Amino acid sequence: MFDLDLWREIFQSISKNKLRSLLSGFTVSFAILLFTLLFGIANGLENTFNSFFKDDAQNSIFIRPGKTTKPYKGFKAGRDIQFKNEDYDYLKEDFGDKVQYITSRVYKNLSASYKNEKSSYSIRAVHPDHQYLEKTLVYEGRYISAKDLQESSKVVVIGRLVEEDLFTKTIALGKYLNLGGIQYKIVGVYRDDGGDNEERMIYMPITTAQKIYGNNDYVDQINLTYNPVMDFDEALSFSNLLTKKLKERFNVSPKDQRAVRVRNMAEASKGVNQMTTVLGILVLVIGMGTLIAGIVGIANIMIFVVKERTKELGVRKALGATPKSIITMIMLESVLITSLAGYFGLLIGMGVLELLSYWGVLEEYFITNPNVDTGLIIGATIALIIAGAIAGYVPAKRAASIKPIVALRDE
Amino acid sequence: MLEIKKLHKSYPIGKDSLHVLKGIDLSVQSGELVAIMGSSGSGKSTLLNIIGMLDEADEGEYILDDVPIKNLNEKKAALYRNKFLGFIFQSFNLITYKNALENVSLPLYYQGMGRKERQEKAMFHLGKVGLKDWATHLPNELSGGQKQRVAIARALAAQPKLLLADEPTGALDTTTSYEIMDFIQELNDEGKTILIVTHEEDIANMCKRIVRLKDGVIMEDEFVNQVRASQYV
Repeated sequence: MFDLDLWREIFQSISKNKLRSLLSGFTVSFAILLFTLLFGIANGLENTFNSFFKDDAQNSIFIRPGKTTKPYKGFKAGRDIQFKNEDYDYLKEDFGDKVQYITSRVYKNLSASYKNEKSSYSIRAVHPDHQYLEKTLVYEGRYISAKDLQESSKVVVIGRLVEEDLFTKTIALGKYLNLGGIQYKIVGVYRDDGGDNEERMIYMPITTAQKIYGNNDYVDQINLTYNPVMDFDEALSFSNLLTKKLKERFNVSPKDQRAVRVRNMAEASKGVNQMTTVLGILVLVIGMGTLIAGIVGIANIMIFVVKERTKELGVRKALGATPKSIITMIMLESVLITSLAGYFGLLIGMGVLELLSYWGVLEEYFITNPNVDTGLIIGATIALIIAGAIAGYVPAKRAASIKPIVALRDE
Repeated sequence: MLEIKKLHKSYPIGKDSLHVLKGIDLSVQSGELVAIMGSSGSGKSTLLNIIGMLDEADEGEYILDDVPIKNLNEKKAALYRNKFLGFIFQSFNLITYKNALENVSLPLYYQGMGRKERQEKAMFHLGKVGLKDWATHLPNELSGGQKQRVAIARALAAQPKLLLADEPTGALDTTTSYEIMDFIQELNDEGKTILIVTHEEDIANMCKRIVRLKDGVIMEDEFVNQVRASQYV
């Protein structure tokens, strides 16, 4: 298919008619530029929304106890609900494979010190599954293990910023941290995308906390993720079922909204997903619209070009050009102009996006890291070639049907 | 070489149709130099276009070099034009953005010849018309006579069996016209078969045979004593 002479012909025709080629390319460049910008900005918005949910797994359900507000089954209103280990066991065992990961949490606030450095931190005493729920990224050492829980070991996993605060001269891993007067061995250091607060946290085994700080089996909160094979509706009915079962378990009125609170992340993330989908469709529609306008522009100019070159094409035919060779020439010229111009627009668009994110001017408009990915670029290339072919087809057909005799008539 | 029998052609004009060629019989042997004469509207250009396969006859037979030219599709017509025919036009019809050499090599390109061979051949033919030094010039840098000589070189490049010239001197002054005719005569001396459409008597008299058309029929077909153009140059 590759025919050097054909390309030479086309390059000659384009370069000898610079203004015309430039003008026809401009519409396409502009269309692609717009499309790239829109797409990048939409991507940026999506990135921002996604970052809101980065902290936790998207299929999380948080269960918190509260105070009853309605009297029920002989119990007065205003009763405190307290979760215990048995509630964790109940959730874990009774709902089987509907629950993917589950953890209890006990909250403490303790002052921590290492040598002369001292500061106060939030402590979360948890089960090993907590790592997956919170998307904790342990980059040194390990997380809380099942064995730690069994043995109620005095071990902690500290956040990156805790290490930064307290261990100014040495690495934290393996050192002993003083928490409220008790020495804990640091077995891991972690990162978390959820922000600075999440990285100023200390994790320890839940059994250790229960034993040392209360000698009870109380639990402040239970977090779980539902099985990701569930779709949105299934997830919602699952969390409703959880709510109902827990209310029964604690003898809470079904109408009591405060005693047991179940928060399903699926609801929040669904809204955002819908919004980004709609945004994506909108961008696609606008982008396609501008691209079509560009194609029409090219087709228009190519028709004019064919008209202008009627005589030349007639001469070519008189000299033995077949209709196929004429069609190929015009189509390829169109494809070449479209692709080059489109690529030019794409590059400019990407450059502008790059600059914008470099300057960071868009952050305040909830646009994070606006960019276009390789897939889009490949897609755009294919779309441009097809667009050029479409734009060139009608004019090329018209060119091929030129009768040399009509073309050569002297006027 | 060329056999035409009972050729008819009419063009629709609105509801009516204009009968342009009303049964032409013409036979041309190899090596002839024929002038086709006639006033405008006599059908001479139409006849040339049909011979040149730029147009198709409604009725009649046309045999070129023992090949019946009939029911041509575009592709076949293109192939035959490229193989059999060389065109010389009144307005030269050079491609304006191509230089002389590129113009001459265009028919060779459509023959599928390689670039190098093509350029060599084109250069050879440019040399034949005496324009070797002008190979890289664009048509608008050439004089009328030079343009027509480039056009002739282009027509010759594909080594056609038949050269068709439609008023080749129509756009040229007398001196240049004679120069071109001198060149055409030389080509004919070398054995090329050439058909020239003209309405100028002096040009026609430089051919070996004159066919006069009037209202779509051949009025007269005579062999003449050729006037050599070289004596005027």
